[in-house]
Amino acid sequence: MIDAVGQPQSLLVLGGASEIAQAVVDAVAARRCRTVVLAGRESPRLAEAAERARSAGVEQVETVPFEATDVEGHRALVDSLFDRFGGFDVVLVAAGVLGDQEADEHDPAAAARVITTNFTGLAAAMVAVADRLRTQGYGRLVVLSSVAGDRARRANFVYGSSKAGLDAFSQGLGDALAGTGASVMVVRPGFVKGRMTEGMQPAPFATTPEAVAEAVVRGLERGNEVVYVPGVLRWVFALLRHAPRALWRRMPA
Amino acid sequence: MSTPTTPTTPADAFRPAPVRTLLTGWGRTAPSAADVVEAVHPDVAATVVADVAAGRLGSGRGVIARGMGRSYGDAAQNGGGVVLDGTWMDGVTAVDLVTGRITVRAGTSLESLMERFVPLGWFVPVTPGTRQVTVGGAIAADIHGKNHHRDGSFASHVLSLTLVTPTGTVTVGPEDDPELFWATAGGMGLTGVITEATLAMLPVETSYLLVDTERARDLDDVMERMVSGDDGYHYSVAWIDCQATGARLGRSVLTRGDHARLADLPARLRTNPRRTRAFVPRTLATVPVTPPSGLLNPLTVGAFNEVWFRKAPRHEVGRPHHMTGFFHPLDGVAAWNRLYGNRGFLQYQFVVGDDQGEVVRRVISRLADVRLASFLAVLKRFGPGDPGPLSFPMPGWTLALDLPVGHPGLGRLLDELDDEVVGAGGRIYLAKDSRVARRHVEVMYPRLPEWRATRARVDPEGVLRSDLGRRLGLCDERPLRQ
Repeated sequence: MIDAVGQPQSLLVLGGASEIAQAVVDAVAARRCRTVVLAGRESPRLAEAAERARSAGVEQVETVPFEATDVEGHRALVDSLFDRFGGFDVVLVAAGVLGDQEADEHDPAAAARVITTNFTGLAAAMVAVADRLRTQGYGRLVVLSSVAGDRARRANFVYGSSKAGLDAFSQGLGDALAGTGASVMVVRPGFVKGRMTEGMQPAPFATTPEAVAEAVVRGLERGNEVVYVPGVLRWVFALLRHAPRALWRRMPA
Repeated sequence: MSTPTTPTTPADAFRPAPVRTLLTGWGRTAPSAADVVEAVHPDVAATVVADVAAGRLGSGRGVIARGMGRSYGDAAQNGGGVVLDGTWMDGVTAVDLVTGRITVRAGTSLESLMERFVPLGWFVPVTPGTRQVTVGGAIAADIHGKNHHRDGSFASHVLSLTLVTPTGTVTVGPEDDPELFWATAGGMGLTGVITEATLAMLPVETSYLLVDTERARDLDDVMERMVSGDDGYHYSVAWIDCQATGARLGRSVLTRGDHARLADLPARLRTNPRRTRAFVPRTLATVPVTPPSGLLNPLTVGAFNEVWFRKAPRHEVGRPHHMTGFFHPLDGVAAWNRLYGNRGFLQYQFVVGDDQGEVVRRVISRLADVRLASFLAVLKRFGPGDPGPLSFPMPGWTLALDLPVGHPGLGRLLDELDDEVVGAGGRIYLAKDSRVARRHVEVMYPRLPEWRATRARVDPEGVLRSDLGRRLGLCDERPLRQ
């Protein structure tokens, strides 16, 4: 069970190989977390993430195959996990792809892949998760969104729009869950330095997976519904949302 | 066409209709929703427990009894499972006004017992800082009061109790199946649903106490006064200003008193027989809305504590106080827990041995260091504990303080304080807890294996479950076999 200061004892990660997810696992393992289930595409990276969770002191670590776009399989997978482990305190939705904006812009299938993975697939999985959280009467669904979804930019609007969709869906779901004991926390990091953004020029207010993990822990402690990382981006984007179009479309990547 | 048949038992007449309800403890943290069933009669409690055990009710997440929800954390919550609302199961079933033995349904509140029996000359043997607890809850948490140094905790005054377990309903007492009786005292409801209890009440002549009040300048001062003088009083407690630091650390107001005899009262009270034993609880105010978290910050709380300390008399002897004001000052403000805002608050209460007073000092000073706003903390000296393996009190110092949730690193800090408490051979109080680590619980309560064995005897499948039980590993987390 999650406690009064938001420390979970069990965690299910959708997108278990994600760098941010690993940082979150490290952070919660240092507190109370005893069970971690990493759902993700079978890969050496997923196995490494599991190993890392074990060495962080988590007693029970398992990996299960999860493909975000396999929407038909989500219900069965989620149900089997909740049945086996008796429930989860926190479900972290961390899967996602960045895509390649220049290519995706001209390749219908590639654009659809980004959007289907980041939005459609995860939203479908969250439907299955939310049903189980309603039944168990508690649990926090933590969704890794992005400030890229606050307002889609010329330089990454395929990714940005997928996050905008995911973000809007999560907020709506959070409202739908009000009063059930379950709740949703949307996390909107800025540019996160890491594997996903390797070789890219960091944007202002760039952050790290560890900082995002700390913000997640803090958000759980305070029961926040929306968390920006770093926090100042809340105010930066409150302004940028209203920047004139002509200026906004010139914003560099 | 079928004709309705006349029900023959209460359980027959009352088909449990569970209502999904979002529940928290008094601290308003970590909510969870459960299917709440009103246990209007002990038979209904028995039916519900049997139905959950057989998989006819609930979704395999067990059942727990709930009283008035005054545990600070998740003791009376059962996310996704069934919660029996015991407050419906109230009333006095047998009275002996000569011996002061009464038998009551477990959902009866201490307040209603006081309203009923104080005018007849009987007071509850132990009362906590609120009257808003049920007898069942008082036993399940084995509550203590300001008289622990003299009278021990609540269960010491329970002559017998009736317990609905998944393997049947039993009546046990300190002589009759003491193992199960003491596993239930402090067992947080995880050994069964208490439906009835027989208590030994305390004879009183009036509803007043004669109270001595003194200010103590620091922690050494107050501890010294308590060690040397507590034995001379029936009730004793010190209120500490946790924001006083440095040389004033632990400055406090010590209030101690005894039940007033009729002859002790001033003439204006003594001459009116309807007033000498009057017990009419009043709510002076209600906190109507939940203000933003952060209203209680170091500034506001500091100002309150300062005023409170200065308004206390430096030294006052034998002043008559009515029971309500002496025992339950906070009951005058309904829903005061809302003052901490939506994030809620927690209470940290621990006990350490008589020779470990330094731990009390370190806890106060560490909380003051991080500027954690705490209203007055309560310091009390316990007498010997009772045989309950999960019962909290043990001889020594107990400190209780309320802390708002949301301060960064509060969880970590409390873990470190737990390290100190455990290192000193102490423990924390499960009825107040909402965050302790499992590894600490095992050390704090070394007789846990014994308790588990007794529980397994009456609940082999682990049907009795709560959020607290799941969090601390006192019950299984996996779904019940369906």
